[in-house]
Amino acid sequence: MTTRLRARELTLSYGERVVSTKLSLDVPDGAFTAIVGPNACGKSTLLRAFVRLLRPAAGTVSLDDQQIAAYGSKALARSVGFLPQDPLAPDDIKVRQLVARGRFPHQSLLSMWSQEDEEAVTEAMETAGVSELADRPVQELSGGQRQRAWVAMVLAQRTPYLLLDEPTSFLDITHQYRLLTLLARLRDEGRTVVAVLHDINQACRFADHLVAMKEGRIIAEGAAADIVDAALLKEVFDLPCVVVPDPVTETPMVVPTHFDDP
Amino acid sequence: MSALVLRAGRRSFRVERRTLWLSAILLGTILALGFVGLCYGGATWASPGEVLAALTGAADSVVIVEWRLPRVVAAMVFGCALGAAGAIFQTLTRNPLGSPDVIGLDAGAYTGALFAFTVLAGTSGQLAVSSVLGGLLVAALIYLLSLSNGLSGLRLVVIGIAVNAMLQALNSWIVLRADLEVAMAAGAWNAGSLNGVDWADLVLPLPILAGLLATLLVWFRPIQQSTLGDAVAATTGVGLDRLRLMMVLIGVGCTATVTAVAGPIAFIALAAPQIGRRLARTPGVALLPAALTGAVLLLTADLLAQMLLSPESLPVGVVTTAIGGCYLIWLLTQEVRRR
Repeated sequence: MTTRLRARELTLSYGERVVSTKLSLDVPDGAFTAIVGPNACGKSTLLRAFVRLLRPAAGTVSLDDQQIAAYGSKALARSVGFLPQDPLAPDDIKVRQLVARGRFPHQSLLSMWSQEDEEAVTEAMETAGVSELADRPVQELSGGQRQRAWVAMVLAQRTPYLLLDEPTSFLDITHQYRLLTLLARLRDEGRTVVAVLHDINQACRFADHLVAMKEGRIIAEGAAADIVDAALLKEVFDLPCVVVPDPVTETPMVVPTHFDDP
Repeated sequence: MSALVLRAGRRSFRVERRTLWLSAILLGTILALGFVGLCYGGATWASPGEVLAALTGAADSVVIVEWRLPRVVAAMVFGCALGAAGAIFQTLTRNPLGSPDVIGLDAGAYTGALFAFTVLAGTSGQLAVSSVLGGLLVAALIYLLSLSNGLSGLRLVVIGIAVNAMLQALNSWIVLRADLEVAMAAGAWNAGSLNGVDWADLVLPLPILAGLLATLLVWFRPIQQSTLGDAVAATTGVGLDRLRLMMVLIGVGCTATVTAVAGPIAFIALAAPQIGRRLARTPGVALLPAALTGAVLLLTADLLAQMLLSPESLPVGVVTTAIGGCYLIWLLTQEVRRR
């Protein structure tokens, strides 16, 4: 498995509060990586370091053996796309306009709207299934539709890397599975997908590479079938459970049992 | 598609059709108001024919070319600058109240100008430099005081309003301490006025403002992109730190340059971006409509200022404050209700 996007020995902190130390992760190319862990375990923080929203206090993130700190703003944005957890849409923006904003890193003062921009936006809206919503204001959409509009915006960026912070939160179960299926399809088309996910069963089902974090450290990583068992769940989530094969995909499925202390 | 796209080879240009139309209409309004401004002054009307003759050089008219024209040009350009500065700061603070006149940048620039006036010789160069420095110092002060909350939010606005009040007091104190002659000039100036603006006053400010507004056009697209929130803006390729610095410098530069000549003219910066945005119906910032609306507002207010108590000419700031005050009250109630 090749990797081009790497984190080495990261120390991540918000001011005085240190979230992670000596954190390293190789993101496998062309695969779907899911990062799981309990709340506040530093998984979103790690993702933010990968897209340069958080500057590591120590250590480096590199893409193609070049530190991302050395990339220009637009150059990095042409390689790595990111969808934050609760993105903010400006008032009155329509879906097509929002998606078009994903073209920003490909544009300049002299090239405000090329033929390629047009094609990328149309394609992104088709892929994310929001073509019919193109002229609707984003504010009027349902949660699932809105999230797909944002995904379309990141797709229009046409980056080989796609990083998403809890893309399924606030969605109902159907939309969660639709979105994850879409991400898996993007992976099949050759993109590298990294998502922070809440649901361990969804992560096991869709991810090629699972990263389990706790208290800022990576406890285990690898294919779900190789690493997910009751012991790992106990360690990472402190959850008593049994792990059985998913009846549909045969991937590990976590079924909680009872807590010892009620 | 509601946008007009022009392509030539690798180059392409794109603008929303509605913005284009709106800008044309606003521009027409500005020219019409400007023409009326040339016809009227000192409680007397000149006929359109006389004005045209004076403009084309067919007839000599000191009143129209040397008195009224600089005043009208100042209202146009200053209005644009104030409207643009308002749009910049409201975008930066993500708050319709976060405009330079409300958060004390006008007052700060005026403090700087007063300093140049009372302590230094008060040349127009000194006025320009010290008012820009005054504005920047206030911007830095507000930023430091609201640092825990970043640049956005109501907290910055509230701190700005407090700073504004303190600066007003400081400005009054400086005026009280000054020589009578200086104090009288400064007092009239304090309300914000275009009375007696002549070409000599505009030699420095006009190119400065033109430069600032041109720079703003170059930065328009990243400013627009920044309305998607910090995370998305940064990960789609906006260098936010540099952008914010540019925005503060341009916004303060516009506000302070206007203040150095005309004194603090309140509420144009507050109201123009909101009106412009509603007219343009574009998401995010409508920079051009905000600037043009600013010019329409200032021209209208200046005409009213000359007509209301004719033949006395009011400071234009009195009119904008009276109209804008009502708007501010409405905006504050909206803002409180939203929380």
